[in-house]
Amino acid sequence: MTETSLYLIQQLINGLTIGSTYALIAIGYTMVYGIIGMINFAHGEIYMIGSYVTFIVIAGLMSMGLVSLPIVLLIALIIAIITSSTYGWTVERVAYRPLRGSNRLIALISAIGMSIFLQNFVVLSQGSRDVALPPQISGGWTFGDPSVFEVSFSYMQLLIWLATFLTMAGLTLFISKSRMGRACRACSEDLGMTNLLGINTNKIISMTFVIGAALAAIAGLLLGLYYGVVNPFVGFMAGLKAFTAAVLGGIGSIPGAMLGGLILGVTEALTSAYFPSEYKDVVAFSLLVLILLFRPSGLLGKPEVEKV
Amino acid sequence: MSKIYNAIFAAGITFVLACLMIGVKLNTEGTTLTVSGASGEQWSWIVGGIVLVFLAQLFADRIDTLFGKLPKPKIGALLPAEEKRATLKPWLLAALIVGLLVWPFMVSRGAVDLATLTLIYIMLGLGLNIVVGLAGLLDLGFVAFYAVGAYTYALLSQYFGLSFWACLPIAAGLAATFGFILGFPVLRLRGDYLAIVTLGFGEIIRILLNNWTALTGGPNGISGIEKPTLFGLEFTRRAKEEGNVPFHEWMGIDYSSSYKVIFLYLIAVILMLFVVYVINRLTRMPIGRAWEALREDEIACRSLGLNRTIIKLSAFTLGASTAGFAGAFFAARQGFISPESFIFIESAIILAIVVLGGMGSQIGVILAAIVMTILPELAREFSEYRMLLFGLLMVVMMRWRPQGLVPMKRPHLELNQ
Repeated sequence: MTETSLYLIQQLINGLTIGSTYALIAIGYTMVYGIIGMINFAHGEIYMIGSYVTFIVIAGLMSMGLVSLPIVLLIALIIAIITSSTYGWTVERVAYRPLRGSNRLIALISAIGMSIFLQNFVVLSQGSRDVALPPQISGGWTFGDPSVFEVSFSYMQLLIWLATFLTMAGLTLFISKSRMGRACRACSEDLGMTNLLGINTNKIISMTFVIGAALAAIAGLLLGLYYGVVNPFVGFMAGLKAFTAAVLGGIGSIPGAMLGGLILGVTEALTSAYFPSEYKDVVAFSLLVLILLFRPSGLLGKPEVEKV
Repeated sequence: MSKIYNAIFAAGITFVLACLMIGVKLNTEGTTLTVSGASGEQWSWIVGGIVLVFLAQLFADRIDTLFGKLPKPKIGALLPAEEKRATLKPWLLAALIVGLLVWPFMVSRGAVDLATLTLIYIMLGLGLNIVVGLAGLLDLGFVAFYAVGAYTYALLSQYFGLSFWACLPIAAGLAATFGFILGFPVLRLRGDYLAIVTLGFGEIIRILLNNWTALTGGPNGISGIEKPTLFGLEFTRRAKEEGNVPFHEWMGIDYSSSYKVIFLYLIAVILMLFVVYVINRLTRMPIGRAWEALREDEIACRSLGLNRTIIKLSAFTLGASTAGFAGAFFAARQGFISPESFIFIESAIILAIVVLGGMGSQIGVILAAIVMTILPELAREFSEYRMLLFGLLMVVMMRWRPQGLVPMKRPHLELNQ
């Protein structure tokens, strides 16, 4: 194979890796939007907190002398999910539930306030500097002729692909088969009617926030390990990207969020491969503007009809 | 019984929230990452917080009734009667303007400088107030237009040597053009989508400024921007241009660096008064009424034959031009600008000013801008908590007083029975 095609394959691998984590975060946006029709602006911050908790647990267990990597990662995952979900639940309870039913702008401003609050809460409690974790999972496979271009696919990337795939499969099963999942789908069809039919909608909405936060925590763990650094400001950009992914796929649709995340990740990887990498954020936002202009319902979403 | 259960649950939640994120600190030692427990003092804060949440949940009903019994302050009774106010108003306004103009000559340089900064935020707040408060379009990228104004003046002055006064209308016009270009396609979007798109636009402008090094100097910014002059008189010790006389020589007084600060302040006062006057007039014109009508009910407006594109675009463009105005002045005052000054947090602060003051209310926005710029200066030792409190304030205001501190009042007439 020629150098250009190998280079392209490498970019596709990188793009799909980042894209699958965007998809994980995007599901949190899309589920909340699907049910209560608001943008959970603080969702990126929940992801950032997930990353921090992962780092804290890994560093703590390592200093206690626990060296078995799978066990360390599993404990980190569980604690990160618990903590992030608690944050997600509390944010909904404190900042969104009292405002339900009021003007959209009021709920959105409250969400922005919550996002600023959480970001600065972490700045105060953990400092604003980068925190670096040495690579935990190293190594991988390489393909191609070393004299031309070597494509590398690391174990870490494989872990991200596997973990994302398993999470998505689990979520799809949960939404389509379980009783709670059915209630969830009913809520996104018609919240008022579901309430009349005797389903505790408050509970379902809380659960949506908890599931979204848990997925964000998984993304936080994976991306934290992948990049090896975290700071209190990573949540903002990741949140915007994930929101773009959710809109791209059609907000409110879970398969859409998955597809949107992957497309966005690949687009970004290709942009930074062939243009100066600073412009990849510009491309992501331009993509968002273009989708909203020409296909506001996204790739897989249902068109929204405004009624009086 | 359920109360105790609730209280224990809430306390447990607080514990989970606090124990890892506050109770444990991450440190980097060389290349390894280590953790250390927080100090005893911080743990006592955490425990105190948990106890507080527990008690607040346990006695939630009683606390609510207690708050209900608190007498509400009657601000209305403190103000003089309606007719009296009408006759007093012009005098009060005149006294206020005279006070604003005379005041800087009596106080320290630092105070005047802070007042100038406050005036910039007032202008920004008033600009965003048109977009968010009056027209109901949530713009999260407002700082982009501020940046456009600032860079317009900085670049025109650097490359073409244009003066501040010539650049002021150009900056406002260019910011308005940017507002128009962005607004034209996106104003069809519904409220929350619009918010995200404008946020993205703000980021795009910042990234471009940061990376277009050949033109904007990239992260290093532009320094040595010319200060404004008074009909060609400079406020420096020696005139920069050959044959020019500095202000103090022309007046025949000794040189003092505070003249420049006071001069900048006076320009800001005049610009601010101009902005207040224009916006005040606009809200009474049909277009201003249309903004508010559109905010209240878009579908009703459209069925009454109002052109929503024109109405939204005019609000967006006017707000942007106000930001461009403020931006050009900001560049002139600082003498140095870089993309660092135009990050998202600035947009959030301006939004917080509008929300705190009361969306749509001019007096409210002015008061909020004063509070938001002067309070952080007074409480310097708490400056690290500033943004935390901004965030909290936005949530708390939306929950308990979404109409703001000084809610907007529409000019209206009441018919006597």
